[in-house]
Amino acid sequence: MFEILEKKCLNPTVTLMRINAPMVAKKAEPGQFIILRTDENGERVPLTIADYDRENGSVTIIFQIVGATTEKLNHMNEGDCLQDFVGPLGRATHTDGLKKVAVVGGGVGCAIAYPVAKKLHELGCEVHAVVGFRNKDLVILEDEFKAASSKFVLMSDDGSAGEKGLVTDALRKLIESGEQYDEVITIGPLIMMKFVCQLTKEFGIKTVASMNPIMIDGTGMCGGCRLTVGGETKFACVDGPEFDGHLIDFDEAMARGAMYKPFERKAHEDVCNLYKQEVK
Amino acid sequence: MPNMSLKKNEMPVQDPMVRNTNYKEVALGYTPEQAVDEAKRCLNCKHKPCVGGCPVQIDIPAFISQVAEGNFEEAYKIITQSSSLPAVCGRVCPQESQCECKCVRGIKGEPVAIGRLERFVADWHNANVTEAPVKPESNGHKVAVIGSGPSGLACAGDLAKKGYDVTVYEALHVAGGVLSYGIPEFRLPKTIVQKEIDGLKALGVKVETNIVVGRTVSIDELLGEYGFESVFIGSGAGLPRFMNIKGENLNGVYSANEFLTRINLMKAYRPDSTTPIQPGKKAVIVGGGNVAMDAARCAKRLGADVTIVYRRTEKELPARVEEVHHAKEEGIEFKLLTNPVEITATENGWVKGVICQQMELSEPDDSGRARPVAVPDSNFEIAADCVIMSIGTSPNPLIKSTTEGLDTQRWGGIIADEETGLTSREGVYAGGDAVTGAATVILAMGAGKKAAAAIDEYIQNK
Ligand SMILES: Cc1cc2nc3c(=O)[nH]c(=O)nc-3n(C[C@H](O)[C@H](O)[C@H](O)COP(=O)(O)OP(=O)(O)OC[C@H]3O[C@@H](n4cnc5c(N)ncnc54)[C@H](O)[C@@H]3O)c2cc1C
Ligand code: FES
Repeated sequence: MFEILEKKCLNPTVTLMRINAPMVAKKAEPGQFIILRTDENGERVPLTIADYDRENGSVTIIFQIVGATTEKLNHMNEGDCLQDFVGPLGRATHTDGLKKVAVVGGGVGCAIAYPVAKKLHELGCEVHAVVGFRNKDLVILEDEFKAASSKFVLMSDDGSAGEKGLVTDALRKLIESGEQYDEVITIGPLIMMKFVCQLTKEFGIKTVASMNPIMIDGTGMCGGCRLTVGGETKFACVDGPEFDGHLIDFDEAMARGAMYKPFERKAHEDVCNLYKQEVK
Repeated sequence: MPNMSLKKNEMPVQDPMVRNTNYKEVALGYTPEQAVDEAKRCLNCKHKPCVGGCPVQIDIPAFISQVAEGNFEEAYKIITQSSSLPAVCGRVCPQESQCECKCVRGIKGEPVAIGRLERFVADWHNANVTEAPVKPESNGHKVAVIGSGPSGLACAGDLAKKGYDVTVYEALHVAGGVLSYGIPEFRLPKTIVQKEIDGLKALGVKVETNIVVGRTVSIDELLGEYGFESVFIGSGAGLPRFMNIKGENLNGVYSANEFLTRINLMKAYRPDSTTPIQPGKKAVIVGGGNVAMDAARCAKRLGADVTIVYRRTEKELPARVEEVHHAKEEGIEFKLLTNPVEITATENGWVKGVICQQMELSEPDDSGRARPVAVPDSNFEIAADCVIMSIGTSPNPLIKSTTEGLDTQRWGGIIADEETGLTSREGVYAGGDAVTGAATVILAMGAGKKAAAAIDEYIQNK
């Protein structure tokens, strides 16, 4: 079984867990993801690998509490075991030959952006990290990003942390000030990635976006994770999760992401009500 | 004196209008009396034409004559000499194009109900015989099996019986392959699949779920540091195909695999499941195979009005005749000679309808089936809020791309010797849908058995 070795609250809605999964840890690379189920009746949810330790056989995940399953997961504690934990899935981030990269993360997407930044940094690549959050209470991994980058820009919607504004404002400034990137890697909400890609397209900078559509099996069997990239249908779980950001149909991805919203909202409420009853 | 009735004994079934709202098994199975009566229709032909129609050459007249005598356990033993999954195959084999189409009784009247008898015998055994499984003595050799569908299960079972130490690696959290995630409960109860898997475990087979070979572990690692002497690949048919028509990625469009996986594997039809499904009010299923029939009948059970759209005629429908018949009885509409060209959208990005073209048949194509061609200016729209694409699969490239020297066909299927399953890599065997493309349970099972025999020979002669 997949024991929760460590649990840490990063902010009120984002939690880090380190899971005992030696076979996954042995193969994990930045950019890849896992699929887990909390219990026998649980759904399969994909989460990106935030970190891994091959020696002690653990894999770190960071998740935002957005629905029924992440709510349930957040109610589990150190010592508890997950029902299923499979991976590493998807392709690893392509890092070969990159000399200077801007890593642009938004919200909980920073948890996914961080291992990419770290790996590039370790490979000797010059990393500029641009991360954005709604406000100061939601900021995560600030120190980690600082350690993995030569330039770190923190943005917040309300100016309560770092500079006020969007990550695209910061990125534009960097580019216009003459920074020349081999590549921009962006991970975060779809709407943010869409605008990052629009910006970099303007400047002709190759951009990779990490997509996290709805998934079930994560092995290519169902097609539920499909996206349109450059006019072709791609399966994010096997062809991705990273794609050329200038070719992704973000509007379609956003519409597909909303497919189960009413159901998810209801399921989340049901689970919350269950926990409330337990507390009473 | 044989029973000369021209008709098969009818299969008792749940009433169509009741069953189209539940997930209980549709066909209820023969009683012993019905089975004996049906078995007596067999003429015990010397030249056994039916056996020639069976992909695994079950000695059909021999088992049927045991049924006629009431020796059901003897009949079971005869079947299991050739088949590892009789309770499954008795339910899902396309008998009408295999054993039963060769039956002499079918020349004038209906053939002997071989499939129903097979199912009866297996169910009788499962209900009445509790074998204490004898775990064979270990021969000390380790074999890995990738995938727990019928091919993998059959291969694992035969090897375990010979004393091999077998580990089955399965990507999903449940074993069984298509038997678990594809074919619905009402056609193949999951307790039957589980019983087969429990049987293997009792023989000492280890089943490791949540392992994606090619990602979690590679074939080279299995053959290297893991110490397996041989590997069997039974990884199935792969990725669902889409038509590449406009609107295919709208909300409300599913592949049949996704739709069925949500229902069968994730139990989305049950209130205690946390996996959602949107069957819609009006579902259009595109395709004519077993998969399409299953998707259609599941959508019906979730309360949708269901239309199957297929570009050829009823005669060419690749699905089992019984499934087509059951689907019709359950109130599913068939629009034949019809081909979708576009899926239209509501303002919110959901499916609104399917624009189709009328087709007509011209000369046969490479597959030998009449080729459908579009009738000019015949477009019309079917209103729908759910569309399920069930037009086949293409092989998953994962194992090929992570296994050096493993040759595949141009279309992606693994190249394997027909008799032994041997691939281009020494010690690596393959079978089932991963080799043939989407086919049948019995062919996959047969391939697994052949490979087991070849693996045994390979290891013994090493
Ligand atoms: C909905 C549906 C209905 C059908 N109805 C019928 C019918 O009525 N009659 C009939 O005869 N046939 C039917 N078929 C076809 C039949 O089910 C298949 O031909 C048969 O299951 C193929 O068996 P297999 O062992 O090759 O593969 P599968 O049953 O597909 O099993 C392959 C297994 O391998 C696993 N796997 C794949 N890749 C990896 C990997 N890299 N690592 C680990 N595990 C992996 C998969 O998760 C899966 O569990 C149907 C198929 C479907 C989808
Ligand atoms: S999640 Fe099923 S194909 Fe990608």
